[in-house]
Amino acid sequence: MNLTLKVWRQKNSKSTGNLVDYKVSDISPDMSFLEMFDVLNEQLINKGEEPIVFDHDCREGICGMCSMYINGRPHGPKDLVTTCQLHMRSFKDGDTIVVEPWRAKAFPVIKDLAVDRSAFDRVIAAGGFISVNTGNAQDANNLPIAKSKADAAFEAAACIGCGACVAACKNASAMLFVSAKVSQFSLLPQGQPERYKRVQNMVAQMDSEGFGNCTNTGACEAECPKGISLENIARMNRDYLTAKLFSEEEA
Amino acid sequence: MGSLSKTFTSSVGRKFVMGLTGLFLISFLIVHVSINALIFLNDGGQTFNVAADFMGHNLIVRIMEIGLFAGIILHIVQAIVLTAQNKAARPATYAYSNASANSTWYSRSMGLLGTLILMFLILHLYHFWWPTKAAVFNHEEHDTFQNITMVFQELWVVIVYVLGVISLGYHLLHGFQSAFQTMGWNHKKWTPIVKAIGFWFSIIVPIIFALMPISIYLGWIS
Ligand code: HEM
Ligand code: SF4
Ligand code: FES
Repeated sequence: MNLTLKVWRQKNSKSTGNLVDYKVSDISPDMSFLEMFDVLNEQLINKGEEPIVFDHDCREGICGMCSMYINGRPHGPKDLVTTCQLHMRSFKDGDTIVVEPWRAKAFPVIKDLAVDRSAFDRVIAAGGFISVNTGNAQDANNLPIAKSKADAAFEAAACIGCGACVAACKNASAMLFVSAKVSQFSLLPQGQPERYKRVQNMVAQMDSEGFGNCTNTGACEAECPKGISLENIARMNRDYLTAKLFSEEEA
Repeated sequence: MGSLSKTFTSSVGRKFVMGLTGLFLISFLIVHVSINALIFLNDGGQTFNVAADFMGHNLIVRIMEIGLFAGIILHIVQAIVLTAQNKAARPATYAYSNASANSTWYSRSMGLLGTLILMFLILHLYHFWWPTKAAVFNHEEHDTFQNITMVFQELWVVIVYVLGVISLGYHLLHGFQSAFQTMGWNHKKWTPIVKAIGFWFSIIVPIIFALMPISIYLGWIS
């Protein structure tokens, strides 16, 4: 396949960037999108130019690093995949592909396509954990959990923190991510002691990071590679309003 | 931090106010459209005028009216604050965005649709709310039905009203179910029902509203 790429190049967080045209040829349709970028970077290095910086790690859809806004959508045209799982057969020979970084005030560009997502880490640090004493794990059968609850918690816990929800949202809202992290605990017995403290602290941290406000467009759910559901946002709103209006648990 | 004042300046808290006032405005629409529909009895506006007169003088309705204005203002203030914050959350926009792949145009245009509704609302209040108020203030008789038949003689007024209620329809097509989601009322059994009711509400209510100016302009009702 022969392709024209328009890739966002930006020196650092302070400079303004721009789209630069590149041509790649003889790309196998079986390559992943990131492997195609590896080929492009080798070309650039051979020419003595600076390679394009992009985030990646596992290359198997579990680490959430491979942030690329491809042809107007996070992780490209396919549903339920990350960029590393996107294959070149999803494109046609001769296509022009636009690749940009996630765009949000809370995700400043570090260089080229790499953005700083440590705002997510700070939201997690604000409450995305349970406090337990160390020691042996207790017997799992001591804590019966309804199957529907266990399933919903498991699905929420599938969030890989990639930030596609923020990238897709017209408001750069992080509600899908934060609600997944709130839900995975609020559904389970282990999460109950800190349930109302947690949701208040995590929402406060989310707000202070400069993410926008959810308007329920559903873009996040449609673009999430792990299929995280909007039900989690409703659950977080419910827990938050309950915490603020009725709980005596101050955060 | 747990204080109530901070609750309503948080993202979720502001949206809560947005959803609550939105649902309140929807409940007002139900009353409004029911009374309007009385003109389709085609009895020369007799029944309609009785209802309009009641709404113009009843004390409880007067108090509700203050609540309604407060609700609209609160809804608009939150809309402005939230929209400004949302714009600030993405200072650099995408060079190329394919948003229609993941969301509907009207869900992304709530601010624009709301602004169109507001512009329509100002004209609407000037046409009907103001003359009624002036009559009550001057202790005059006011024939609301006659006022309606006069206002809707002009084609441009009819067109503006129809466009106004189409904006309202799209605003509600997203807003109705969105308000429930915002309040946290999401449920495997109930959400599909809420969505179905919201869908038909957003279509039927604007059609009844639009039929008023249309049928008067075309002389179906006199
Ligand atoms: C009769 C008039 C109106 C009704 C019945 C109405 C109803 C609603 C409802 C039910 C929502 C969803 C609330 C939520 O998701 O939490 C909403 C949202 C919204 N409204 Fe209105 N509204 C009206 C007028 C207006 C006006 C005049 C404006 C603007 C000046 C406006 C701007 C907005 C905005 C920006 C949103 C947020 C979008 C979202 O969160 O989905 N609305 N409205
Ligand atoms: S909710 Fe989905 S899109 Fe958002 S960070 Fe988690 S996995 Fe990524
Ligand atoms: S590189 Fe790990 S999810 Fe794509």
